[in-house]
Amino acid sequence: MNLTLHVWRQKGPHDKGGFETHRMSDVSPDMSFLEMIDVLNETLIAAGKEPIAFDHDCREGICGMCSMVINGRPHGPEKGTTTCQLHMRKFRDGDEITIEPWRAKAFPVLKDLCVDRGAFDRIIQAGGYVSVNTGSVQDANCLPVSKVAADAAFDAATCIGCGACVAACPNGAAMLFVAAKISHLAHLPQGQPERHLRVTAMVEQMDHEAFGHCTNHFECGEACPKDISVENIALLNADYAKGALWAARPKQLSGDG
Amino acid sequence: MKLDAHIPDGPIDEKWDRARFEMKLVNPANKRKFRVIVVGSGLAGASAAASLAELGYAVDCFCFQDSPRRAHSIAAQGGINAAKNYQNDGDSVYRLFYDTVKGGDFRAREANVYRLAQLSVNIIDQCVAQGVPFARDYGGLLDNRSFGGAQVSRTFYARGQTGQQLLLGAYQALSRQIHAGRVTMHTRSEMLDVVVVDGRTRGIITRDLITGKIERHAGDVVLLATGGYSNVFYLSTNAKGCNVTSTVRAWRRGAGFANPCFTQIHPTGIPPHGDHSSKTTLMSESLRNDGRVWVPRNSGDARKPDQIPEAERDYYLERIYPSFGNLVPRDVASRAAKRMCDDGFGVGPSGRGVYLDFGNAIQRLGKDAVAAKYGNLFHMYSKITGSNPYATPMVIYPAPHYTMGGLWVDYDLMSTIPGLFVLGEANFSDHGANRLGASALMQGLADGYFIAPYTVGDYLARVGKSNVTTDHGDFERVEGQVRDRIDGLLSIKGSRSPDSFHQALGRIMWDKCGMARNRDGLHEAIEQIRALKDEFQQNLRVPGSGTDLNQSLEKAGRVQDFLEFAHLMCTDALTREESCGGHFREEYRTPEGEALRRDDDFCHASVWEWQGDNTTPKLHKEALAFEHVHLATRSYK
Repeated sequence: MNLTLHVWRQKGPHDKGGFETHRMSDVSPDMSFLEMIDVLNETLIAAGKEPIAFDHDCREGICGMCSMVINGRPHGPEKGTTTCQLHMRKFRDGDEITIEPWRAKAFPVLKDLCVDRGAFDRIIQAGGYVSVNTGSVQDANCLPVSKVAADAAFDAATCIGCGACVAACPNGAAMLFVAAKISHLAHLPQGQPERHLRVTAMVEQMDHEAFGHCTNHFECGEACPKDISVENIALLNADYAKGALWAARPKQLSGDG
Repeated sequence: MKLDAHIPDGPIDEKWDRARFEMKLVNPANKRKFRVIVVGSGLAGASAAASLAELGYAVDCFCFQDSPRRAHSIAAQGGINAAKNYQNDGDSVYRLFYDTVKGGDFRAREANVYRLAQLSVNIIDQCVAQGVPFARDYGGLLDNRSFGGAQVSRTFYARGQTGQQLLLGAYQALSRQIHAGRVTMHTRSEMLDVVVVDGRTRGIITRDLITGKIERHAGDVVLLATGGYSNVFYLSTNAKGCNVTSTVRAWRRGAGFANPCFTQIHPTGIPPHGDHSSKTTLMSESLRNDGRVWVPRNSGDARKPDQIPEAERDYYLERIYPSFGNLVPRDVASRAAKRMCDDGFGVGPSGRGVYLDFGNAIQRLGKDAVAAKYGNLFHMYSKITGSNPYATPMVIYPAPHYTMGGLWVDYDLMSTIPGLFVLGEANFSDHGANRLGASALMQGLADGYFIAPYTVGDYLARVGKSNVTTDHGDFERVEGQVRDRIDGLLSIKGSRSPDSFHQALGRIMWDKCGMARNRDGLHEAIEQIRALKDEFQQNLRVPGSGTDLNQSLEKAGRVQDFLEFAHLMCTDALTREESCGGHFREEYRTPEGEALRRDDDFCHASVWEWQGDNTTPKLHKEALAFEHVHLATRSYK
């Protein structure tokens, strides 16, 4: 296949950046999208130029590191697929392909196609866990969990934290990412003691970062390479409302003194 | 170099209890005065960093990815073993211990393996308490499956994404400690050297991958949890960033490197599609529970698989190993596939492939049941290959996957440099010459949650605080060496990219030090590596500078270390004149072609001490005693 690529190049966070055009010939349909970029980078190095910086690691669709907007869609045209699992057989000879980094205020560009997703880590740090120290636990089977609940928790927990949901959202909101973690833990008995605290803390941190607000476009669900359901956002909203009520409750009824 | 494993006295099932009782403790009020450096944020690193911070130590954790959640543990698919015996099928701590020692072909340390089996049960409890969504049955209790080479169902799993869920559990525990201010996390940061002063580890030198800044970090103790070195083969199931840098650089500072030739080639990888393949993708071993492996009975049979009648198929694993069939351990299955392809029975465009067929399973269980078990793997396979495994058998071929060798550690997981601990795949301790399926996650978490938090505390209580700060002359000296090395890579200004050297190295290693090795081939490999190293020094091209994000520079540094390491690996393979586990020397085999272990001469761990550039490293041996699992030929027939 012969292709024309328009690739975003940006030297650093303060550089304005712009598109650079490259023509590729003899691209094999069996290559992954990132292998095609590898080939381009080898030709750039051979020509004495700096290769395109892009994030990637496992190349199996699970680490969440790869992050390219391809023809305007985070992770490209194939539904439920990360960039690293996208293969060139999904494109046609003669195609023009535009490649950009995640575009979101909360994810500043570091160089070329690499962005800083530290905001996601800070949201998890604010409360995306069960507060349990190593060692102080009971036997695993003392805590039965219905298969339905365990499966629902698992489906939400498969989020890979790539940020495609933010990149796809016209507002740059992080609701699907936050909802996935809230939902994972809310479906399990282990998540109950901190359920209200968790949602309040995580949403507060999300608001503190430069993410936009959710106005129900649901582009996030379309872009998610792991098909995380937008229904999780409804659960997040409901839990957040309950969390706010719980935080405002009269102290004498709390029982936790 | 003195190798003392510090194995506690007493019966094997009491050793860990005794060790813990004999350990010195750090006063709770003093713990925060100790600085613990953890390199790596995978299962071993994240679990150790979180657990040590919970105890009150001041922890600094480093990873090269943009978030600790991306470490390659995340890609583990199949599951994690634990001797819970929830299925009432005869499992026990002793049986898991026995299986692991035997599966490792009698090249692991018994005491360590026993402790691993003991701790396996605690890991499951811990992970469930964190909210890891393991698979459950309708009664709400945890489900298990049988996995690679085990005849009991002791593997806990979360669909085909067990590593992801366990890592997110550890990542969340780590995140909680970061929030509490007890862990300082350094992302996009690569460790480039260890600083040793007066025979004790005092800290590390790192490079900030965004700004290029070289940094000094002083600590009272350093834990390396930096994974394995399968990427020495270039094409492996590892993530692209996985590298041997931290362990090679620690080796150059005096840490012994044990059994580098013990590598595991996983039987069920997707074969590379051509010269531009950047990795091989693993298809979980769990597929062998229902999939049947076969090749055409007639060599060179070019018919499509569905046109080859049952009578003309050779289900060779079932034929050669009737009692284990398709479930033989990884090394046995990989070698059998290689043998079939070498003899001309291979399938697929390159002839380097065998079928993994689900036709029977779909007939017996129905497509939906097969999809429920393996749906995500089938989906991944069809994305990568463009072929539908529900209709046509998968084509698979062995791929480098895991490395059993690593830095030598004693029972406390401390290397030969005091104060340098090594956890998870980066150490050599538990899997001998072959790792059983679902045991890597178990070992990483045992080391991180339940061993290092005790043994590191004992070390700190015994030696006290380090009085060396980053102003010390040795920090300056080592930082200077790191800078010189980076400047050296940038100043060669030749014409070949780091990746092209890495690919060339990978081909040498796969051909000569892969699934089968022989004396002549290893000698040739060493010569070729030498020549490639020379060319690297003269003809490397790294565009850009060292003062910003430069992925070519990162790769160049890692490839340089792989080149050095490859030489060591071939030297070790040459010296080990026997076949055991993943190490198959063609000169040493039984009349049936199976691995021939030579216990009289090689019942030891080979530990290599660095002696200087271009000098042959010195070999030390840790003799291995098998008092409980008696030395016997492994047979899966």
